[in-house]
Amino acid sequence: MQGFLTQFWGSTIDGLTLGSIYALIALGYTLVYGVLRLINFAHSEIFMIGTFAALFTMQGLGISGPQTGFALVLVLVVGALAAMAASGGAAVLLERIAYRPLRKRGASRLAALISAIGASLFLQELFAVWRGRDFIPFPRVMEKSALFEIGPTGVVRNDKLLVVVAAIVMMLVLERFVNTTRLGRGVRATAQDPETAVLMGVNIDQVVMVTFLLGGAMAGIAAMLFEVYFEITKFTIGFILGIKAFTAAVLGGIGNLRGALLGGLTLGLIENYGASIWGSQWKDVIAFVVLVLVLMFRPTGLLGEALTRARA
Amino acid sequence: MSAEDARARARAGLAGVNTGLGDLWARLPGWGRLVVYLVLIVLVLLLPVDAFGAVMAPRSDWASILFYPIGVYILLAIGLNVVVGQAGLLDLGYVAFFAIGGYGMAVLGTKFGWTFWEIFPTAIVLSALAGLILGAPTLRLRGDYLAIVTLGFGEIIRITANNTAYVGGPRGISDIPHPPSLTAQQVMLVGSLAVLVILVLVALATVPSLIDRQRVGEAVAARSRTRLMILAVGILLAIAAIVVALASPATARALVPSMKFGIIDPRPYYYLVVLFCVLVIVVVKRLERSRVGRAWVAIREDEDAAELMGVPTFRFKLWSFVIGASIGGAAGTVFASKVIAIVPDNFPFILSVLILAAVVLGGSGNLPGVILGAFLVAWLPERFRGFENYRVLVFGAALVVMMIFRPEGLLPSRRRRAEFAEGSGGLGALGAEVQDAAEATPTTVEAGR
Repeated sequence: MQGFLTQFWGSTIDGLTLGSIYALIALGYTLVYGVLRLINFAHSEIFMIGTFAALFTMQGLGISGPQTGFALVLVLVVGALAAMAASGGAAVLLERIAYRPLRKRGASRLAALISAIGASLFLQELFAVWRGRDFIPFPRVMEKSALFEIGPTGVVRNDKLLVVVAAIVMMLVLERFVNTTRLGRGVRATAQDPETAVLMGVNIDQVVMVTFLLGGAMAGIAAMLFEVYFEITKFTIGFILGIKAFTAAVLGGIGNLRGALLGGLTLGLIENYGASIWGSQWKDVIAFVVLVLVLMFRPTGLLGEALTRARA
Repeated sequence: MSAEDARARARAGLAGVNTGLGDLWARLPGWGRLVVYLVLIVLVLLLPVDAFGAVMAPRSDWASILFYPIGVYILLAIGLNVVVGQAGLLDLGYVAFFAIGGYGMAVLGTKFGWTFWEIFPTAIVLSALAGLILGAPTLRLRGDYLAIVTLGFGEIIRITANNTAYVGGPRGISDIPHPPSLTAQQVMLVGSLAVLVILVLVALATVPSLIDRQRVGEAVAARSRTRLMILAVGILLAIAAIVVALASPATARALVPSMKFGIIDPRPYYYLVVLFCVLVIVVVKRLERSRVGRAWVAIREDEDAAELMGVPTFRFKLWSFVIGASIGGAAGTVFASKVIAIVPDNFPFILSVLILAAVVLGGSGNLPGVILGAFLVAWLPERFRGFENYRVLVFGAALVVMMIFRPEGLLPSRRRRAEFAEGSGGLGALGAEVQDAAEATPTTVEAGR
């Protein structure tokens, strides 16, 4: 408990930062699950592809040291766009190759999940074979400096603030898209009732594609922010992160966009508080225990979403 | 639509590969099956011979490979098949039970000084308990939720082992005792006893069809009579072997070799794992044909319908979990008794996936298929050494391709194939029917094109 009290503000800030990244990835799970009732197991690899896209962009731009001012903004935006494009494209491709044939046949959910696992392994190994199995450093794009302090250990650093703010902004943009545009309406209609949506003239294939594209793009943003913060990548980087993001989605209420944000931030906080009490080597175990407990006691998540169909 | 047509054609072509095989087996008369079984037994006994190794795995120690990965993978796949193939529950953390068995062997062997034959049943009970503890709260969940929770459980076990000093943390536990060596007399005793148990189990299963002749029909009853006679001969031979072994150790020494479970010779371990595989196959096969097995099929095909028909689905799901867990634990114990040292990294998530791949590729729900799948998953990387970097890549792609073209696996059971062809399941709402409806309604949202 001593650790928890002394590190409270530090854990809070780290938890919110990590939680924002979880939340962005969780959006992909939540969107796809909402529409297809499918756990897109390969979503973690969509994120991984984003980190590599960001890395290649930095290498292409010849970035090796911290940038400032306009150059920094430009680098961040270009990196984020590249990661979004790569992740979004990969997600659409994934849907096209690994899920659509199964969907057309009306295959069982088990078959779809196994296909997803296969795709996940394939993408991971593709990068392992191509770029090796070791950690790959990411160049430092921004000088990390303390902005202000909350409490004794709560140093707010500029990169952490950037991650949290960018995640929340992207979340708002996405929610606005889904709630106000015609395509977004199609997504919501399909999520509520696919048969009726089709009868009302919604193009299911297009909706599914857009869903994967949006989820992938969010994972791409998350990948760029992750790289700015952690500055490292690897072919398996998405695995644990993906599972935690899925936990976040379930925690907030899967199929619910705001739930993803809430779940992500909550999970980030729980994990960091837990780590300050029991030690950081138990972080992953804490996340998994949270997942099991949520699924056992409140499978509809914090904000709740009708999961009757999802569980049937 | 030509792509769809091509896919449909490819599916039909692939499906034709083995439709004949199952029928052939069904038509085979009793003596034909006996011959097949005898050939299989001889083959399995002779498998560790170097001549096979030169062909099957020229660049590795064939007898070692036969034990691990091949034998252990097969045992694990048979266990996972109970959960995934028979009850239809997707378990992504099966390696956890393998780890519990392994760590059970390691801890009881090194810290308490127990021997293998004492630990083996204990570890099985331990992993069964773990299955119960994991299953009781989580089996109320369905489908993909269960998959994620089991995945989480597998990782919890591995990370906990990694973080616990008592079991050596990341360095694991070393100096795990081997099973005590067996003299020729003991080998003969154990072997004949095992054969006796197996034959009696099979014989007991054959008896009902003799009693209930009217229901099964004369042809089946006649076949059962032949089978019982063959089994009776086998049982008598086994008893005779036990008597000989007890009466005259010298004869036993002349007939069978002694088994030294050491570091150098992997063959005793291979025979050990074969013994357990056969025992497990017989038990699982009996379960499959029992009330429990029928309940599993009902749950797999439609859980709600099963519940409505009065099948206590939760209890039977728990059973499948516990049985699968004990088999995984048994595999872990045998594995740990050979390798001397185990570390948490012996039990990675990818192993769960490989075993799942074995079950799915081979044909989940069908034991010969599952065994074939496990054999391929374990053997191919050893045969094609130098390509092991691409192993998981190929498995990943193979899983996707299988799910698209032949979701029922290489050697599916007939029932399973029918289930897949029917295509009942969660994606159904967005599947075929919806596709037709979408074609019928030409109005589409054009934005975003």
